[in-house]
Amino acid sequence: MSEVPAELRYTKTHEWVKDNGDGTLTVGITDHAQEALGDIVFVEPPEVGRAIAAEEASAVVESVKAASDIYAPLAGEIVETNATLTDAPETINTSPYEDGWIFRFAPADPSAYHNLLDAATYEQAVEDEDD
Amino acid sequence: MPIPCRSAMLIHDQSRTGRRATAQAPLDAPQVTDIPEGLRRRARPALPEVSEMQAVRHYTRLSQKNFSIDTHFYPLGSCTMKYNPRACNSLAMLPGFLARHPMAPETHSQGLMACLFDLQEILKQVTGMHAVSLAPSAGAQGEFAGVAMIRAYHQARGDHARTEILVPDAAHGTNPASAAMCGFKVREIPTGDDGDVELEALKAAVGPQTAGIMLTNPSTVGVFDRNIQAIARSVHDAGGLLYYDGANLNAILGKVRPGDMGFDVIHMNLHKTFSTPHGGGGPGAGPVGVSKRLEPFLPVPMVDFDGDDYHWLTESERPETIGRLTAFGGNMGILLRAYVYARMLGREGMGRVSEFATLNANYLMARLREAGFEAAYPRRRASHEFIITLKRESRELGVNAMDFAKRLLDYGYHAPTTYFPLLVPECLLIEPTESETKEDLDGFVEAMIAIRREAQEEPETLKGAPHKMPVRRLDDVRAARHLDLAWKPAASETTHG
Repeated sequence: MSEVPAELRYTKTHEWVKDNGDGTLTVGITDHAQEALGDIVFVEPPEVGRAIAAEEASAVVESVKAASDIYAPLAGEIVETNATLTDAPETINTSPYEDGWIFRFAPADPSAYHNLLDAATYEQAVEDEDD
Repeated sequence: MPIPCRSAMLIHDQSRTGRRATAQAPLDAPQVTDIPEGLRRRARPALPEVSEMQAVRHYTRLSQKNFSIDTHFYPLGSCTMKYNPRACNSLAMLPGFLARHPMAPETHSQGLMACLFDLQEILKQVTGMHAVSLAPSAGAQGEFAGVAMIRAYHQARGDHARTEILVPDAAHGTNPASAAMCGFKVREIPTGDDGDVELEALKAAVGPQTAGIMLTNPSTVGVFDRNIQAIARSVHDAGGLLYYDGANLNAILGKVRPGDMGFDVIHMNLHKTFSTPHGGGGPGAGPVGVSKRLEPFLPVPMVDFDGDDYHWLTESERPETIGRLTAFGGNMGILLRAYVYARMLGREGMGRVSEFATLNANYLMARLREAGFEAAYPRRRASHEFIITLKRESRELGVNAMDFAKRLLDYGYHAPTTYFPLLVPECLLIEPTESETKEDLDGFVEAMIAIRREAQEEPETLKGAPHKMPVRRLDDVRAARHLDLAWKPAASETTHG
């Protein structure tokens, strides 16, 4: 079973979201997602300053198997992207929840964070998907 | 059995300074002094210097290493790798066709234009579309032309709010790419557990912003979408258009027509359904067909017939056309091959294509299921292709779909499409086509059974496969991360002129 840290929030499309406590949220893909994708070979981050709508395709992660869109969990504006991924996209495989984060954004409505899936609900969703 | 290769992999590795093939050198090579000083290169180009015989041997050996439809069963789902009849080749290479100059006047091109006009008519009839243009010179260009026509249609009506194209999540990757190329936003529609597009999700997604939907039917999961009429109604009612990706036309050829299903635009992959040579970078052909309201926007040139003579339809006859896609009229040699193929089949033969393609796929699926492999959509009848999922083998035996695919090469079978469509885990998308015999299909099943036995008894055999190919398992991760597409001489070998 893949790792699902309890302190994070999740989306059905396998992004994790972390509250940085400074009005910004960090987004990456879950351990389950990186495992399903296989070796990541390329990451296309969004531009800093770009306004994103909830569930809008905001970044692309490419593995040897597939290219997948990364969806914005909530509406907001991109604040920062992870520069290490340009040269070392495999960081997502080795450290999906820490060094492999993809972008940081300022949500338009910070309280919406709490509407995202909690760890237990996400874990259940992954299990249902596997059946 | 390929000839053992003692020579180096690349022709560059056989190069020796000064070795040449004089007989092949052009007689009237231009003088370097013809080129202005500032435009001349300083270093010699990195071309191999080999004898004529070395060049012949090198490329003959390479050709013998090919896996091709002429040598192997090639069940590459969604690609329709069927046999290319030799007659198509030889007739397309008649001297009158080969030697025709692309700028020859109409009066000197009536034979060719008659073939092209007939092909337009045949494709119209077999797809149920109102008009056809043969201009696009590949499937992807056909897609581009199709979406460009959707855009032109809405714009001509002053309807500028339609910025979205809907694409099911099972679609070919080229569909969202073509939509994006034409400036549309792509919105994905989920596929249900039974393989059909989720109707409720579609109804929720359509609206005044919908320019159209791009669909393949049968879909990429290998089943015929039973709700196609409801889908068509829903998109049309919202003012959008329906685009048919012809990737899977082989399944319904001569039986069901996209025009009758309600589609407004279709592109056809002649290299799939109409058996023109496939792969290797082309040349290709991707004709487009349209319903009446889109006819003015078709790409030019097209061929018209006034009862006596054939004429080109160009920008002057078709002022609303999306324009030209190539300098001339598409890839004539490929169009001719498709024309001969269609004429050899005839109206009845078209129907037999889809009958046998579907029968072969369902036979193969039934035999594989009997052998214990898991079909991804077990409750659905296969169209011309089907998906098995090796999820269980992966979980229980630790071997994945790619290991099976690589091992199949050792057994003399080209691997089916792997890991596509993306929504089925550890999948093989298998399309036998109508041209294979029962014996060949049985052979493939036996190979799959043998490989699963190996997976149980000696999984390392699969992990290390292929073992009998000229190159072993490639490091595709490294290849993707460190793209290196051009040969470069080692520093010491560079010669300066």
